Amino acid sequence: MALKIVKGSIDRMFDKNLQDLVRGIRNHKEDEAKYISTCIDEIKQELKQDNIAVKANAVCKLTYLQMLGYDVSWAAFNIVEVMSSSKFTYKRIGYLAASQCFHESTDVIMLTTNQIRKDLSSPNQYDTGVALTGLSCFVTPDLARDLANDIMTLMSHTKPYIRKKAVLIMYKVFLKYPESLRPAFPRLKEKLEDPDPGVQSAAVNVICELARRNPKNYLSLAPLFFKLMTSSTNNWVLIKIIKLFGALTPLEPRLGKKLIEPLTNLIHSTSAMSLLYECVNTVIAGHDVNGSPFLPPFSLALFLFLRFQLCVQKLRILIEDSDQNLKYLGLLAMSKILKTHPKSVQSHKDLILQCLDDKDESIRLRALDLLYGMVSKKNLMEIVKKLMLHVDKAEGTTYRDELLTKIIDICSQSNYQYITNFEWYISILVELTRLEGTRHGHLIASQMLDVAIRVKAIRVFAVAQMATLLDNAHLMTGNVQRKGICEVLYAAAWICGEFSEHLENPMQTLEAMLRPKVATLPGHIQAVYVQNAAKLFATLLKNQEGNTDRTAAQETSQLMIDRLPLFVQSANLEVQERASCILQLVKYIQKLQQKDVEVAEEVIALFAGELNPVAPKAQKKVPVPEGLDLDAWINEPPSESESEDEQPKAIFAKEEPKHSRARHTEVDEKELAKRREARKQEQANNPFYIKASPSSQKVYQEAPGVEHIPVVQIDLSVPLKVPGLPMSDQYVKLEEERRQKERVEKKKKEKKKRKEKRGGRGKKHDSGPESEEDITPAHMVDIVTEEMPENALPSDDDDKDPNDPHKALDIDLDKPLADSEKLPVRSHRAAEALKSPAEDGDAESPASQEPKKKSSKEKREKKKDKDGDRKVSVKNGNPTRETALWMYIYGDKKSSKHKKKKQKREKEEKEKKKKKKHHHHHHHSDGGGEESVQNGTVEEEEPLPVSVCHQSFTEIDIQGNLQDGSQVVVSVIFENKCDNFLKTMEFNVLDSLNSKLQRPEGSGPHDGLSVPFQLPPGVSNEARFVFTMQSIVMPQKLKGTLTFIIKDSSTHEKLDFKLHFTCSSYLITTPCYSDAFAKLLESGDLKCSSVRLEGVNMPFHHLLARICFHHHFSVVERIDSCASMYSRSIQGHHVCLLVKTSGQTVSIDAKCDEPTLLGNVLDEIKQTFSQC
Amino acid sequence: MQFMLLFSRQGKLRLQKWYVPLSDKEKKKITRELVQTVLARKPKMCSFLEWRDLKVVYKRYASLYFCCAIEEQDNELITLEIIHRYVELLDKYFGSVCELDIIFNFEKAYFILDEFLLGGEAQETSKKTVLKAIEQADLLQEVRPHVVTLHFNSALFLIRLLRLN
Repeated sequence: MALKIVKGSIDRMFDKNLQDLVRGIRNHKEDEAKYISTCIDEIKQELKQDNIAVKANAVCKLTYLQMLGYDVSWAAFNIVEVMSSSKFTYKRIGYLAASQCFHESTDVIMLTTNQIRKDLSSPNQYDTGVALTGLSCFVTPDLARDLANDIMTLMSHTKPYIRKKAVLIMYKVFLKYPESLRPAFPRLKEKLEDPDPGVQSAAVNVICELARRNPKNYLSLAPLFFKLMTSSTNNWVLIKIIKLFGALTPLEPRLGKKLIEPLTNLIHSTSAMSLLYECVNTVIAGHDVNGSPFLPPFSLALFLFLRFQLCVQKLRILIEDSDQNLKYLGLLAMSKILKTHPKSVQSHKDLILQCLDDKDESIRLRALDLLYGMVSKKNLMEIVKKLMLHVDKAEGTTYRDELLTKIIDICSQSNYQYITNFEWYISILVELTRLEGTRHGHLIASQMLDVAIRVKAIRVFAVAQMATLLDNAHLMTGNVQRKGICEVLYAAAWICGEFSEHLENPMQTLEAMLRPKVATLPGHIQAVYVQNAAKLFATLLKNQEGNTDRTAAQETSQLMIDRLPLFVQSANLEVQERASCILQLVKYIQKLQQKDVEVAEEVIALFAGELNPVAPKAQKKVPVPEGLDLDAWINEPPSESESEDEQPKAIFAKEEPKHSRARHTEVDEKELAKRREARKQEQANNPFYIKASPSSQKVYQEAPGVEHIPVVQIDLSVPLKVPGLPMSDQYVKLEEERRQKERVEKKKKEKKKRKEKRGGRGKKHDSGPESEEDITPAHMVDIVTEEMPENALPSDDDDKDPNDPHKALDIDLDKPLADSEKLPVRSHRAAEALKSPAEDGDAESPASQEPKKKSSKEKREKKKDKDGDRKVSVKNGNPTRETALWMYIYGDKKSSKHKKKKQKREKEEKEKKKKKKHHHHHHHSDGGGEESVQNGTVEEEEPLPVSVCHQSFTEIDIQGNLQDGSQVVVSVIFENKCDNFLKTMEFNVLDSLNSKLQRPEGSGPHDGLSVPFQLPPGVSNEARFVFTMQSIVMPQKLKGTLTFIIKDSSTHEKLDFKLHFTCSSYLITTPCYSDAFAKLLESGDLKCSSVRLEGVNMPFHHLLARICFHHHFSVVERIDSCASMYSRSIQGHHVCLLVKTSGQTVSIDAKCDEPTLLGNVLDEIKQTFSQC
Repeated sequence: MQFMLLFSRQGKLRLQKWYVPLSDKEKKKITRELVQTVLARKPKMCSFLEWRDLKVVYKRYASLYFCCAIEEQDNELITLEIIHRYVELLDKYFGSVCELDIIFNFEKAYFILDEFLLGGEAQETSKKTVLKAIEQADLLQEVRPHVVTLHFNSALFLIRLLRLN
């Protein structure tokens, strides 16, 4: 065999190489373990030799054995030996073995540090490469700490091969040694613009992974990535970038706006499904956030909507694809949409139902998941009907059981929200009991119980159905396979007992419950039977004692006495105990009966009282009363405490909750009769319908209305599947009829209304498909809500996993490096960085965690900003001197008492008149208390003075932070867009009487603040400045300048700008309840003012959204074309609006305790709408 | 990517690469569980499954299953692409690769994988560059790889993994 290629003289020294080993193992299939143990012995011998080639061969074999599952940890030291061989051949094998066998607890790893460092700096790039690869697998915190610097140096290696690996491995290093992130980050960022596409893509990979976990620290990179995205053609890179943007957009909605175009283009143009899928996913995820109650401005919403529709269409194409993978992913993405936009998915119901027929089970299950979220009141019955068909068809119990649970999940979700007809639901449940061999009898039973207990109106019907089930119980007990389903009898017996007053024929049911056959049921069910037989007995007694004929009552007692002894003999203790108790009780009753004593009242008192459902978490939520220490001893431990008479009743026996509105079944007689008729018809036509059992029929013929109980049709012979129309279908029909009728009535009413209104605006035609809200439940159902303790605590937050390694990487990367953490020397101009007051803000009001959106205001000298959505780099005439200044301003506000916000606006004025404005809004979901809520921004760009600046681009982001009513923090992100090094930057603002830039002590009122860093080309960094504001009732503008030096030319550059604070920007979106709002209006200390807007041509909700968005109001209440809105200033002024619209005229009546502020806000609102 | 496994239709592990630190015991448990789950799936089923809190992407090439575990937000389709690329790389390197090549030159299979993926991320998307790097490294090595030309009793093993359609 040509396998053994001679490796010089060494070869003869060992007898087996890897190939021999593999072959040997394959030839010793029967005694593999024995063979391998001899091999391991040989390997041990080989490892003892000095020859490195022999050792390497042995290690190679060990690596193979390790894969087969053998423990090779004993050879760890030998692996290190081979790693440190100077020959690449062996080094490679050594590193491979190490990467496969070493893990964090391997102690010899400590020994490798120096070796790895040596290899990393080897002149041979493959030595370095192999060390990096190995390191990526077994890097430990110690290794990461010791080698971080070396690897960082390698990121700037001359060979792209090394740079690429070094960049990728940095991610692992960050995970193990988070302290390295900040020093290494600038270099990592540089690599985003590496000339080698492989290195670039590696850097994108790493930053994407980092940003996915802690997106907020990477927001400042957005422009850079945006550029990459529009220029890159590499799908792998694009996918990563899009994923990254997916993580950033929730924090920065302006990004979403910007991404629309490139993403839409990609979706249209790409042929790579993976990229398409990523785009669609990102759009969906982005839409999630933007679809939240705080509406984005209407133009954005529209854009998003269109883009979103496009995605849904694309998903449809995926699902229709013949490729199972695409189908699966399409459904998966659909389920994400479903969470936020059920309507968009509902229109594809046909497609999803089709998927239920797919041969791939995983696709069917996905489709089922989707159905769960797709149901509405309107389509629930239809969907469940389809599912029931599938239940019949399904082969294999696993899938059928899955269907069954899904049906129940679908119906019971959010407190039976979508069920309009509970009779239908009970019939569905009853139909499900006919499934053979299901494991979910328990589930069905608990549903039955739940519905019967919580939906009072359905009890009559449920009891009738359950009685039939009990009557036909033998069908469920006979077959061994049907064991699971007999759980249903548990529910049936309990319901019949508990609500026995609704039984049409209690005697028959009692007999059914006491049949000898019952003794074959599982113990816990028998126990319920016995107990509920007693309840039934009590009801019967009461009925019968009312009659003049006493014998009936005595017969009933006799029946009990005859049958109960069977249960007394039960092997099950529970059954036995209950049966003997009850037997004795009945015997005693019988005695009394014989003495003609009326006992019914007393017996029934045994079971009096109603059981109410208690919320599952109720107990946990009971707050510990003040002053009660649960850990303290009530009595001293040694003293034998007598158990006091506790009264648990006091805790649990609460009154019927008051909030369950008493809406009782008020079905009119006619309707009832009609339904009864329909049911009779159906039963008459159904050959399988049992007209109640003949024997009992004879005895209790006088019992009224028996025939209208819709008894489940059960074929007594063999198969349990019943052909013909199942019960539930009947209800589907009835329900449809009812809805039809309702619709007609509604239309009539509407017509009337319209006539009354003299047919004002004919726009509100409601003849379209009925909407969700139009469907009213068939019988007003009173769903008893679960009881909760009165002052239940808010639901518990889900904490992040403290073990998540990514948590440690939540590091602010924009903060300049401190000297202590700096690795490479970066000379900074000594300047005191301003403390950021935002950091010590503590989140007082939980409401402040809601995402807020704010936008900026208009300016006076403006141009239209119709296309303000996109960033356009403005070029002036001279191509060599093209300069642009981009500014973003975020208004960030935070306050100590109430969330206070402010918004800042910034402006730039140039000698040049050319100007463009950009409005951006900022959206920031505030995760914890320490973060600021960013809310507003203006972006502007215009050409720089052409004079001195050589092709320099400077980008500035300004963020504002407000700590209390009078302090504002503006964070400015400076980004150097030019090719020159910028240094000695100074930021200065001309103070006004009202607002002052806070300067360090000792500096004059006109001194600029030095920006505490320098800017190499393409780098951005952030600085913060604090302003003090006196009054907020007037808008104001501050002029400022930024001076800097371009390093090479050492010329001073100056940049003028304006900061603009509008009044709306001092408002904070504050939610307000309508009752509080009403009180506020009544209080009378608010001044009134109003404004009228003409020619506003937009839907009312867009209008509201605009006001909310631009002026930070929240809608308190909205009724038709009228809405009340509320907001609050950072200094606590209340602002209330009443917005009315008719035609194109909008009138706004406003009240505020500060008239000047109100006037200015209204002016600003007016301006907002004059521009659209 | 969290890890990559290659195993045969018989459930024999052919290659494993872990990008997350786990103990041997855990690795074995995961491998066993996953191999069982994947082998139990019918041929016409889609290539993705949700497993624990991960997503598993697998694809069968002839007698070998290539199986990757990725995180929730990762892209399934690009993972399939990674698998396919890896098979192509193996194919180019060995010349019509079959399962046996991977068994006998398993260290080579690892070297190729290491040039292609690093720390669970694709480090090089160009096949040419990957192969060039491997060739260069091989040149440094004193021993050239053996391409298996053996005829084994089991014909199954000689089925090319990559069948071009």
